Amino acid sequence: MAYSNKVLDHYNNPRNVGSLDKGSTQVGTGVVGAPECGDVMKLQIQVEGDRIVDAKFKTFGCGSAIASSSLATEWIKGKTLDEALAIQNTQIVEELSLPPVKIHCSVLAEDAIKAAIHDYKSKNSAESATNEAAH
Amino acid sequence: MKLPIYLDHQATTPCDPRVVEAMLPYFTEHYGNAASRNHKYGWAAEEAVERSREQIAALLGANAKEIVFTSGSTESINLALKGAAEMYADKGKHIITCQAEHKAVLDVCKHLEQQGFEVTYLQPDKSGRVSLEQVAAALRPDTIVVALMWANNEVGTLNPIREIGALCHEKGVLLFTDATQAAGKIPVDVEADHVDMLCLSGHKIYGPKGVGVLYVRRKNPRVRLVAQMDGGGHERGMRSGTLNVPGIVGLGKACELARTELESEAKRSAELRDHLEKRIFSELDFVHLNGNREHRLPNNLNISFAFVEGESLLMGISDIAVSSGSACTSASLEPSHVLRSMDVGEDLAHSSIRFGVGRFTTREEVDFAADKVIAAVKRLRELSPLYEMAQEGIDLKTVKWQAASH
Repeated sequence: MAYSNKVLDHYNNPRNVGSLDKGSTQVGTGVVGAPECGDVMKLQIQVEGDRIVDAKFKTFGCGSAIASSSLATEWIKGKTLDEALAIQNTQIVEELSLPPVKIHCSVLAEDAIKAAIHDYKSKNSAESATNEAAH
Repeated sequence: MKLPIYLDHQATTPCDPRVVEAMLPYFTEHYGNAASRNHKYGWAAEEAVERSREQIAALLGANAKEIVFTSGSTESINLALKGAAEMYADKGKHIITCQAEHKAVLDVCKHLEQQGFEVTYLQPDKSGRVSLEQVAAALRPDTIVVALMWANNEVGTLNPIREIGALCHEKGVLLFTDATQAAGKIPVDVEADHVDMLCLSGHKIYGPKGVGVLYVRRKNPRVRLVAQMDGGGHERGMRSGTLNVPGIVGLGKACELARTELESEAKRSAELRDHLEKRIFSELDFVHLNGNREHRLPNNLNISFAFVEGESLLMGISDIAVSSGSACTSASLEPSHVLRSMDVGEDLAHSSIRFGVGRFTTREEVDFAADKVIAAVKRLRELSPLYEMAQEGIDLKTVKWQAASH
């Protein structure tokens, strides 16, 4: 199978590889996929106000899955949570020229963004709820 | 060193230059039809075909008259199983095979099931091996054929063909074995091993593509098959069609070379394979051998690199030509059915790579491959959330995974 140059670039030089402190209230973590399916993405965001100031990923999966998650972290950095939520997998498909059999990789990346934001939001609404209760 | 380094000798092999040399005159000089009985061109072709039959028979411990030429193993499998099923349907309609067989066998069996035959698909053990006891337990009064591969094409595991053959002969059941990977790599003797039908392909043993053989036993018992290709009645009526004389000459030469060099070549390739295996196992953690260390082809090495997906690993070692059992590398998007049948775990099936060393592989190439693989696995593990979790001591089997919405 031939890969697009952009996929190869992200595979060879993945952006934002790593982990953020998942215990921090400023950090949202999304883990999607399953080892049996051959792909697992972990995407993390660090949020200040409603803006994503940092993003990191680690991915177990094919080259397209690695590229999709690498691209996702690049795109969401600096965006507000709402802007990041608006990112769609079709944009990733287009940017990386993914063939039809690899579309699920882009879906997974979109899911990972949403899962990370969801985690951040639920963490903070729970926090604020506890804080309010304490007052 | 020529890149990429070819370590996919279970997929196919280069033609040995000695084979090509033997074939060449049969394209332009001795181009006769082996079935032309009334002139010199035909005689030259026929003589060459008969010489090839002798060379092939010598490799298998068979009689030259028992060699039927085909286009390759897939055709041989079709002829053997469909031909025997049709011929012996009155005797019974039960066939025994194994889940780890090549798709050619499994698909023919599926076809026969639609024709009213009943097929038992034995599950191999975790090393990919079927036991004599399993076969014995599956045999029924209406069993007509047992179809088991000699060596598995993915993991290289060898089945106990001699023991199973003896059992089949005792019970009056035919044994067909797919020896596509085994022939020329390990000793094969259809008499001592009690084999009734056997197939091989030229291109797996440094011969040309598009030519193969079905060995069909002529006595004790005499195996009869219903032809699957009708026409001029070539090959004792079992396979019509003008013989591929250059291909047959090449296959004969390839078998002769395989026979005379079998012992030294098996030793040499096992040394290279063992060297590759040792390096990978000593320099990486979380690696699993797929297959059977004791009963294995000398040139096969199948390894799962946990926490690394096979296709991404192939991308990282693009200077090496190998195969993966990962779903992403197959058209079906299913991981290898062989590894699944062995119950190694789906996650490890996605992480498997098959290395196959060959006649022209050098130690330098093996070391280069080992360096590349080890470096790529380490790099991808830095990227792998699963490796991170494993290092944190999380048991991945207890994690509740959220599959994607696809």
